[in-house]
Amino acid sequence: MTLEDTRNLRFFNRGPSALARLVFFAALSLLLLFVDARYRYLESVRQVIAIVIYPLQRLTALPGELWDDAAEYVSLQHHLVAENETLRLQHDRDAARLNQFEAMQNENAQLRALLEIKQHADFSVQAAQIVYLERDIFKRKLIMDKGEQEGARAGQAVVDNFGVVGQITRTFPYLSEVTLVTDKDNVVPVQVVRNGVRAAIFGSGNTSEMELRYQAVDVDIEIGDELITSGLDGTYPAALPVARVVRIERDPAYPFARIVCTPLAGVDRHRTLLIVSSVSSLPPRPADAGDTAGRRAR
Amino acid sequence: MNQLSGADREFLLPASRRFIIASLIVAVLLEWLPWHGWALIVRPDFVALTLLYWCTHKPHRVGIGIAWFLGILVDVADASLFGQHALAYSVLAFGGVVLNRRVQRFSLQEQSVHVFVLLLVSYAVYAFIHWQASGFVAWEYFAGSLTSALLWAPLTLLIQALRRPRRDPKAL
Repeated sequence: MTLEDTRNLRFFNRGPSALARLVFFAALSLLLLFVDARYRYLESVRQVIAIVIYPLQRLTALPGELWDDAAEYVSLQHHLVAENETLRLQHDRDAARLNQFEAMQNENAQLRALLEIKQHADFSVQAAQIVYLERDIFKRKLIMDKGEQEGARAGQAVVDNFGVVGQITRTFPYLSEVTLVTDKDNVVPVQVVRNGVRAAIFGSGNTSEMELRYQAVDVDIEIGDELITSGLDGTYPAALPVARVVRIERDPAYPFARIVCTPLAGVDRHRTLLIVSSVSSLPPRPADAGDTAGRRAR
Repeated sequence: MNQLSGADREFLLPASRRFIIASLIVAVLLEWLPWHGWALIVRPDFVALTLLYWCTHKPHRVGIGIAWFLGILVDVADASLFGQHALAYSVLAFGGVVLNRRVQRFSLQEQSVHVFVLLLVSYAVYAFIHWQASGFVAWEYFAGSLTSALLWAPLTLLIQALRRPRRDPKAL
């Protein structure tokens, strides 16, 4: 055996070198990344792993829940009395408005029947608890404790008592993932309460800011205008509050005005959210005549 | 392997498989605590730190394969893209395994600097993938690498303390 040969002789065989392992696992990761980002084939794998780690995840949420429970248990008497008082006042006020609302709903139903307009505003509501707020500072997402077993489906809207929080984007058997309306480039079709101007509101990736894009410089929107869902996309039921306009920059040099809004719902205020599902969904959108003609020609 | 550096001169128990797995599970649990707001931004990456400890101290026991597997688990829990954490942790483990002899020669403070650089590379991998997938980078994310590096010395001392043999009560 020559000296050159001994250089390659390995007395302690430890398998492939670190570099070879890195190349292998990096290639595997890149393949998974590509498949996951492009095709979403891996949802079932994700679900299986999610079930396995679910108990561990709940375990980690336990200290926070216990802390909250303990804080609730030792909260002072006069706090409770004051809270009870405000809640009762609010209940009375809401009850009065609810009576009014029911009367109006009846009247509205009659009018719609007369005009033969289909009712789209009907929806059912289910309460859910937040398990995690956003896990990753890149993303505006949260995890709730209602999953497929309880009837949560991707696409359902999630609201709190102030307005729209977001939309379920992924469901696991016992958990569901909600993408917040403030997630970057998340779009909600909205309407100005004051005059019914329709627009699309975009998330900015920042929890306290949203933007109304593609509105002409002279659009009739003012600071303080409240925006509600228009219900046009079939995802969000109509007339849920979304945001309020806080700043408008009208620069004639640009074709569109810059309109900044602040979202009305706050995920950091409550543990409980409501999942809203539209009972009657919109009829499927008919194919665009121009588009199909173009496709046929190709 | 440990005789060279000052801190490691004392005798340490061989790390049992059970101890390594337990430490990694604890790290994962710490990572999954409901962090949010400011705490989330400065949250140290416990899994990366624990992995790096084992990769530098027991490079033949914990390596790139285990790092990759843990990365997949964290990917599912964080609802990030499949392979995002896995790739970042693989790169980190590779750095730890390759530099293990070098890192162990330094004192804990000097080790922290090495660890900071390794973590920064791994964080950059994660941020780069995110930038490719969704087109923006949250720069405050990198704050986590600094807090993690600051935790390196306490974490090393803690694990060394747990690996030290217990005094035999019958010996006296």
